[in-house]
Amino acid sequence: MSAAEEVEVVTEGQAVEAVPKRAMTLGYGTSLVVLAALVLIPLFVKNFIIFQMTMLLIYGLAVMALNILTGGSGQFSLGQSAFYAVGAYTSAILMEHAGMNYALTLPIAGIVCFGFGFLFGQPALRLSGVYLALATFALATAMPQLLKLGYFEHWTGGVQGLVVTKPDAPFGLPLSQDMWLYYFTLVVTIAIYVASVNLLRSRSGRAFMAIRDNEIAASAMGVDVALYKTLAFGVSAGITGVAGGLGAIAVQFVAPDGYTIQLAISLFLGMVVGGVGWLPGSIVGSAFIIFVPNIAEGISKGLSGAVFGVLLFLVIFLVPHGARQVAIVAQQLAAKLKKN
Amino acid sequence: MELFANQVLAGIATGAIYACMALAVVMIYQAIDHLNFAQGEMAMFSTFVSWQLMQWGVPYWGAFVLTVAFSFLAGIVIERLLFKPLAKAPILTNVAGFIALYAIINSVAGLIWDFTIKQYPTPFGSSPFLGSQLISTHQAGMIGITLLMLLLLFFFFRFTRVGLAMRAAASLPESARLVGINTSWMIALGWGMASAIGSIAGMMIAPVVFLEPNMMLGVLIYGFAAAVLGGLSSPFGAVMGGFLVGIFENLVGTYIPGVGNELKLPIALALIIVVLVVKPAGLFGRAIVKRV
Repeated sequence: MSAAEEVEVVTEGQAVEAVPKRAMTLGYGTSLVVLAALVLIPLFVKNFIIFQMTMLLIYGLAVMALNILTGGSGQFSLGQSAFYAVGAYTSAILMEHAGMNYALTLPIAGIVCFGFGFLFGQPALRLSGVYLALATFALATAMPQLLKLGYFEHWTGGVQGLVVTKPDAPFGLPLSQDMWLYYFTLVVTIAIYVASVNLLRSRSGRAFMAIRDNEIAASAMGVDVALYKTLAFGVSAGITGVAGGLGAIAVQFVAPDGYTIQLAISLFLGMVVGGVGWLPGSIVGSAFIIFVPNIAEGISKGLSGAVFGVLLFLVIFLVPHGARQVAIVAQQLAAKLKKN
Repeated sequence: MELFANQVLAGIATGAIYACMALAVVMIYQAIDHLNFAQGEMAMFSTFVSWQLMQWGVPYWGAFVLTVAFSFLAGIVIERLLFKPLAKAPILTNVAGFIALYAIINSVAGLIWDFTIKQYPTPFGSSPFLGSQLISTHQAGMIGITLLMLLLLFFFFRFTRVGLAMRAAASLPESARLVGINTSWMIALGWGMASAIGSIAGMMIAPVVFLEPNMMLGVLIYGFAAAVLGGLSSPFGAVMGGFLVGIFENLVGTYIPGVGNELKLPIALALIIVVLVVKPAGLFGRAIVKRV
């Protein structure tokens, strides 16, 4: 038997489908409408709903971070909850132990997570597909246990976790705490969204997508595959870390069991429902993972898991490409209407 | 030294559980080219079905055979109803489908049989095996059954027409279709077989971990890890991987101070990742070369 016969040859397409970079964002008009809605809605609803909208933005950020990693550079991660946890703990520890201002802790959380993700990306370089999924999965399962370790207990509060104080609106603005936090989160989210869109349109973004579409071809074109793959991990982890920090402030509490593998799976589902590789879909995905479990619980308490599963199946049957598919269909309809 | 030998023996005993599950994992991977996250839940459901049959007075081996047949059919039905329509959807969407299936099966089993822990009988008895306190006759029987399944699978894939067709459909679907293989049904058959093997794994594991809807959670993770460690393209590798993970886990718990039950899993996974970084296709897997 010759050597050539011993290896299987795979010619199928890559795991993540190619999304052209224009298709990754929204048009200006739609963006303005969405923005106006996000700014105005909180003025008319109750505090609890404002809190939920804050969480919507925060999970939206985390889903978007995963989207940059998977949709952008084609790498798969089930370990986002670990980065989220590191961000949350960084913020919480800086606020509670060092007395730092909450807004200043976020960039630090982002940088710490960027470093963490970048370093984690190094061994992950040799892995892809299921193997990478397993490696990131290991990270996600290990994280809550690491946070519980007695060695760090002085800082992390061990199993008990840490309580975080909720910030008041500055300059004596007449806003409730929830509403202030919402607008603060909104500003951070928009800034990161714009930065991410620009990142994907830049040279680095093109390098990510080249790697996603064909790694070998990308390296032949002179893309430093190792550097950009780890960089994608770093950026994704960094954004997730900021989201984690915001989450800690919004929930006012960090504890190891809040950041289990379940969170990572939720974020993954959010990405699929929102449409892999379509950044605006992240908010749709985030809405799915926040509200659908509640809806499922409302329909049937005992069978909430089954109802959730059925709803998820319905979504992926109707729109296998997630919210992106809906957007594309809507766009085509609008274009047709214009012609008439 | 005796402590070491004993721990290795105990590791083999727990490893048999993982090996059983890993075999089912590899089976589905061969057929559909990705990991099925709902596999453990499918196995759990099958085990509950066999338990229910025994409650109705069916003898053990009768329930065993009926359950395997039921699981085989259920696997095919699930593939035809839920995953065939998704065949053209992106892979990540399919993975979301597995998670949905997981949630559904877990919740339905919880509703039918509730979440209390149940005893599950073993056909092999639970006295010490050959005078050793570390391996019971049940665990020895489980190892025997796992090896027997491995042997049968080997013969099936190596010497039968259907086995050959399945391998062809999995490695090069288009060429397989050109020589007249119904690749779509091969995938369904793969689901059926994976589900049947999973049900056997479930019935072997249940006496050890006890029967309840969440019994497979940890086992499946170790099963995945074992399959990946051994190489997803090799059933033999998966079984070896299962034993290795079991031994790993026991030795880590014994020799590294301060490792409680909770850190066992992360450390075992970390070691597996180290192995994968050195040997990305797993210990016994074949390297896959991509044509550009």
